[in-house]
Amino acid sequence: MALQTSKRVSTWIGGFLFVVPSIAAVAIFVYGMIAWTVRISMTDRISASIKEPKFVGLQNYTNLISDTRFTHAFENLIKFTFLFIVGTTIAGFIMALLLEKGIKGEGFFRSFYLYPLAISFIAMGTVWNWLLNSNVDADAGGLNLLLQKVGLGFLQNSWYLSENGAAYALALPAIWQMAGYVLALFLAGFRGIPDDLREAARVDGASESKIYRYVLFPQLTPTLFTVLIILGHVSMKVFDLIIGINGKSYVTQVVAVYMWESTFDQRNYAKGTAIAVVLLLLIALIIIPYLRWVIKQENENR
Amino acid sequence: MRKSTYKFVAGLFAIALLAAGCSSSSDEAATEETATEESAAPAAADPELEIFTWWAAGGEALGLAGLEAEFATNNPDTKYINAAISGGAGVNAKAVLQSRLDANDPPDSFQAHAGMELDGYVKGGQLEDLTFLYKEQGWDTIFPADLIKTLTVDGKIYSVPVNIHRANVLWWNPATAEKAGLTAAPTTLDEFFAALDKFKKIGIPGLALAGKGDWAIAHLLDWMLVATLGPDAFEGLFNGTTSWTGPEVEGALKNFQKALSYGNKGAGNLDWPDAGKLVTSGKAGFFIMGDWASAQWQADGLKLGTDYTWAPAPGTVGIYQWLSDSFTLPVGAKHRNAGIAWLTVSGSKAGQDAFNPKKGSIPARTDADTSLYDDYLKAAMEQWKTDRLVGSTVHGVTGNNALMAAYNAAVGKYFSGGAKDNKGLAADLAAAYEAGKA
Repeated sequence: MALQTSKRVSTWIGGFLFVVPSIAAVAIFVYGMIAWTVRISMTDRISASIKEPKFVGLQNYTNLISDTRFTHAFENLIKFTFLFIVGTTIAGFIMALLLEKGIKGEGFFRSFYLYPLAISFIAMGTVWNWLLNSNVDADAGGLNLLLQKVGLGFLQNSWYLSENGAAYALALPAIWQMAGYVLALFLAGFRGIPDDLREAARVDGASESKIYRYVLFPQLTPTLFTVLIILGHVSMKVFDLIIGINGKSYVTQVVAVYMWESTFDQRNYAKGTAIAVVLLLLIALIIIPYLRWVIKQENENR
Repeated sequence: MRKSTYKFVAGLFAIALLAAGCSSSSDEAATEETATEESAAPAAADPELEIFTWWAAGGEALGLAGLEAEFATNNPDTKYINAAISGGAGVNAKAVLQSRLDANDPPDSFQAHAGMELDGYVKGGQLEDLTFLYKEQGWDTIFPADLIKTLTVDGKIYSVPVNIHRANVLWWNPATAEKAGLTAAPTTLDEFFAALDKFKKIGIPGLALAGKGDWAIAHLLDWMLVATLGPDAFEGLFNGTTSWTGPEVEGALKNFQKALSYGNKGAGNLDWPDAGKLVTSGKAGFFIMGDWASAQWQADGLKLGTDYTWAPAPGTVGIYQWLSDSFTLPVGAKHRNAGIAWLTVSGSKAGQDAFNPKKGSIPARTDADTSLYDDYLKAAMEQWKTDRLVGSTVHGVTGNNALMAAYNAAVGKYFSGGAKDNKGLAADLAAAYEAGKA
């Protein structure tokens, strides 16, 4: 008995020693840095020349509310996130639905649609900068030219240069890139449903559309949940795509870009870190309920 | 039980050994470092020199290479390390530099625009006073006094200027101008707008605009403020004697709005070289850009005088809106002697004449060898001596980094909103000025 306990303890300790370095690294470089960021965000370190910053509480955060540039960036982020999540989910789902039937060359299509994911945001941004050329009619290039050629000339617009549409236009390349990933997730979801369920429904006389509506779709709810979470936090962090397409231009600034500008161009560390913390909280708002849900599921399955 | 305890103890022991090994090796490294420093100090010649710039490509990189060659002849024992980080106007480099300065790991010299941009580093206590070097080299009399003033804080001089660029230059293609029936360069704003109309008549936009990244449009506003307000009131904007929301700026913004209305379509997609190409290829009339455009075009194989030509921007004839690149000596530079040697070369006649013809700028020194420079630069050197000098906002002379960032964003907001909200722009510019004071 005693032997067994000590054996368990020693394996536990051995295992623990193996993960100690990573625990330490995460503790210092993730949580330690977060704590440090929060600390700076509560000081008056608004320029590089302030050597001994004073504690100012939440003042930097309240300043953000009245900072029109922050609210502009925030608005852009909300618009972008909305269209990106809705667009990617729908596009990925439809593609999964088409492939789910087990058509010929499914493997080809699956990797075909996944390839955009392999392209770096910066390279993609540069190409989409050309595609989203704002010139119309005779001078048109990129998508506008394409729209003309297929007789949809009335749809031409100035894409990311229009004041209200900029954030929506930027969602297009993001949707294009991530839709294949969502396709793969949904396809895996469909594959995870046992065939017996369909058989049973068929035996009961359910039509094909009813099988989808009442048998298959409800089973995909966890997958949908996962998709929304992944897209949600990817969207909140979007930075390189925006920089790749339009640099740090005002019209397409999102929260992460404004954070960069505040910290490194203006050297307003207090503001930059406050924005970073707001961004972290936004992401936590999405991720934490998800993690709790996952843990709950795992406990139930045990 | 005994076996597992043994294992456990052995494990602990191993870890202790590892930890001890780590600490002793780092101690060794530390002693080694101090040893080399001590032995290097009395010899005066540092083994290395690390220079930090954002001149990574094109004429800028060639100019830097010229300066490096000059340094190598004078300091053969010092190894030159180029820590250039690319990105126009230093957009990426400044972030990297800032983090290195914060970590007390400065390069031996770094590039900074003369003026308020430098001010930020000085206030942060990150630069050494270079007054001694000015005395030693006799630079007090060789650099123009107005320029030295912008490098001076509380009576101490903090950097060595290597060049002067001019921001307010009007560029056009002589063939296009002939087609539009233009006989002479416009010298006033009225003549400018009349010329824009002529370009419009032959079916091309009068003014090439580059909206990507906002700064080139802000550059245009910077010129328009000088052209409309005059140099004194313009300088007043940055010392609080001219109001950003008053009638003078209102008038300037009206002119700005009018000028933008002659712009090319899709300007927001373009960087400044793209917009410049519109002019040199005859697809747009005028281009208002700093004189680095000339260096770029010559690198593209175009000829000054036949493929493109220039004049002082309208409304600012006799005014030289300038910016200057300068080198500094950071506090805590590892190779301070080499850094000082670099600054000596940067400020010398030979150094400046090696650097500037390639960079496409004029030397900050007033005694350069004019035969090395092209016709534009020769004329610019003459005007630099006689013109009224005003600083550039977008390039860090009249405003610090915070002001610049907010200034560019204010213009970007206005431009992407269709150039309609003049009142909003004035308010945003006023806020940018306030942001710069913090």
